[in-house]
Amino acid sequence: MTPDLKPPTRDEAHITVRDLTMAYGDFVIQHDLNFTVRRGDIFIIMGGSGCGKSTLLRHLVGLKSPAKGQVYFDGLSFWEAGPEEQEAVKRSFGMLFQSGALWSSLTLAENVALPLGEYTELSPAEISEIVSIKLALVGLAGFEEFYPAEISGGMQKRAGLARAMALDPDILFFDEPSAGLDPVSSRRLDDLILELRASLGATIVVVTHELASIFTIGNNSVFLDPETRTIIASGDPNMLRRECPDPKVRSFLNRGET
Amino acid sequence: MKAPEDTASGQARVRYTQPTADSLLIRLAGGWSLKDGIPSIDEFNQQITGQPLIRQIRFDGGDITQWDTSLLTFLTRIIGQARQQDMAPDLEGLPEGVRRLLELAAAVPPQQDTGRGAGHTTLLAQIGTTILRYLQGAPDMARFLGEITLSFGRLLRGKAQFRRADLLLIIQDVGPQALPIVSLISFLVGLIVAYMGAVQLAQFGAQIYIANLVSIGMVREMGALMTGIIMAGRTGAAFAAQLGTMQVNEEIDAFRTLGIAPMDFLVMPRMLALILVMPLLTLYSDLVGMLAGLFVAQTAFDIGTFEYYHQTIHSLDLTQFAVGISKGTTYGILIAFAGCLRGMQCGRSAQAVGQATTSAVVTSILFIVIAASLLTIIYQQLGI
Repeated sequence: MTPDLKPPTRDEAHITVRDLTMAYGDFVIQHDLNFTVRRGDIFIIMGGSGCGKSTLLRHLVGLKSPAKGQVYFDGLSFWEAGPEEQEAVKRSFGMLFQSGALWSSLTLAENVALPLGEYTELSPAEISEIVSIKLALVGLAGFEEFYPAEISGGMQKRAGLARAMALDPDILFFDEPSAGLDPVSSRRLDDLILELRASLGATIVVVTHELASIFTIGNNSVFLDPETRTIIASGDPNMLRRECPDPKVRSFLNRGET
Repeated sequence: MKAPEDTASGQARVRYTQPTADSLLIRLAGGWSLKDGIPSIDEFNQQITGQPLIRQIRFDGGDITQWDTSLLTFLTRIIGQARQQDMAPDLEGLPEGVRRLLELAAAVPPQQDTGRGAGHTTLLAQIGTTILRYLQGAPDMARFLGEITLSFGRLLRGKAQFRRADLLLIIQDVGPQALPIVSLISFLVGLIVAYMGAVQLAQFGAQIYIANLVSIGMVREMGALMTGIIMAGRTGAAFAAQLGTMQVNEEIDAFRTLGIAPMDFLVMPRMLALILVMPLLTLYSDLVGMLAGLFVAQTAFDIGTFEYYHQTIHSLDLTQFAVGISKGTTYGILIAFAGCLRGMQCGRSAQAVGQATTSAVVTSILFIVIAASLLTIIYQQLGI
């Protein structure tokens, strides 16, 4: 991987979503979603609570299959691909779950080491070295032998990030990274995300409704509307805040003041 | 949200007057508190029935000394009723705070077509849904069985991903740590079989046959069955609770996004552990049961240790053991299957984990009962 040679954003589609409709049974959550995430984007999925942001993320990472429509990764249609191709695509993902979702029976070191052990031929000594580096990157050096239940929520989230980065993924997915974090930790996480994009060249997809984060890190976005149940705005959030024709979006991005 | 306290507040009072033919004025007064309950709107209904001319409802809340949610609830009922009758409620006369809260509550209309009607379903519809839900269980189970089979295939080809250490930990958890409870129950069962049998056999002077009764009974049936029931409650429930909690914490999703099959990583070691441990536990249970028989024979019926031993050895052959162990192993597979199935199917709440655990035990025991009957009949037919 030679990420530092890449400019942060190129006009190359990395993830393309076509006519995606998401539903639980008969209840349609969002319909006919169309958008493209370019390689190197920090792409924000935003919208009010309960509009289906997290559900959209679950569709993107292959946890839930769409009622209709397709998701393409580098031109490969995920839901039409065979199991082996799907596995290969998934291996290029790193995901940070809302709750961290660390495996509670494993120590932090084991959590980060597990994907490395499964998918690389590295020796245990090398793996443990990498684990230390990854934990140090998220500010958790020295916590290798702690269990998830023994550390704070913010630390769990950072450990989750270390695990998500274990395999140097192409695409990082973040589900509400700053939920439940104090403003300083939240800011640190944003800096970390920017740093990761700059240094790893990864494409980053973030579900959030934290305005501060949205404007600091996002360079592209979609806005999901809970009433019409589809995308009502897309583009650079800083631009949407000023120029979006839809008053709902402007109001959201300006904390209700238009 | 309380108006200033008034010492002489008194109870909530409602009076209805009709200043003009087409309007109804509701005078509200006194202290409105949830502690005193919510006044009924029956009187309001009486006022408006048979009065088709009334088109407007007005309020006068000037004498309200104190209010809380009880007033809001009362007003919401009245307003709802009035709107149904095509009357226009005019909130002008109400205290400022009450008006604002009512507006706030009406600001977001209820979400339509959420797929959950609050309405009542008929009994027939409920029966139908329940049956459909149960029927849906069968394909789910078949799918899970298929996934386990595929996972076994990967295991045999050496491609299944799980950690040896996990397998050993689970084995320790389901095997050695279950010994005390298995000992206790098996001893009790051996004791009961021996005692009940011996009392009958003694009438014919055939006490020595306690040994046959206990050994064949334990080895063929009771050892495996008792171990199965214990493991269903102990291990099946534990599997469902562990996997269910992992489901709630998104830990299973974390495996999936990494491309690690939870079937291989979580279900397979649990299946393997029970398959390896159940035959051993069954044998152990047989042994403890027979020791209990010996204890009864010696203490209550004066049969010597050597006699009992001799009689036991002669009554048993390897076939009996094979029958018992095959049953025990089958139960083990079924328990692991039910426990893991319910755990993986678990919803995303604390209550769902409880349901998954309960359901795992019930399903395991149901499976054990069905398997026990089938196997007994099959072995009988085969003459072994």
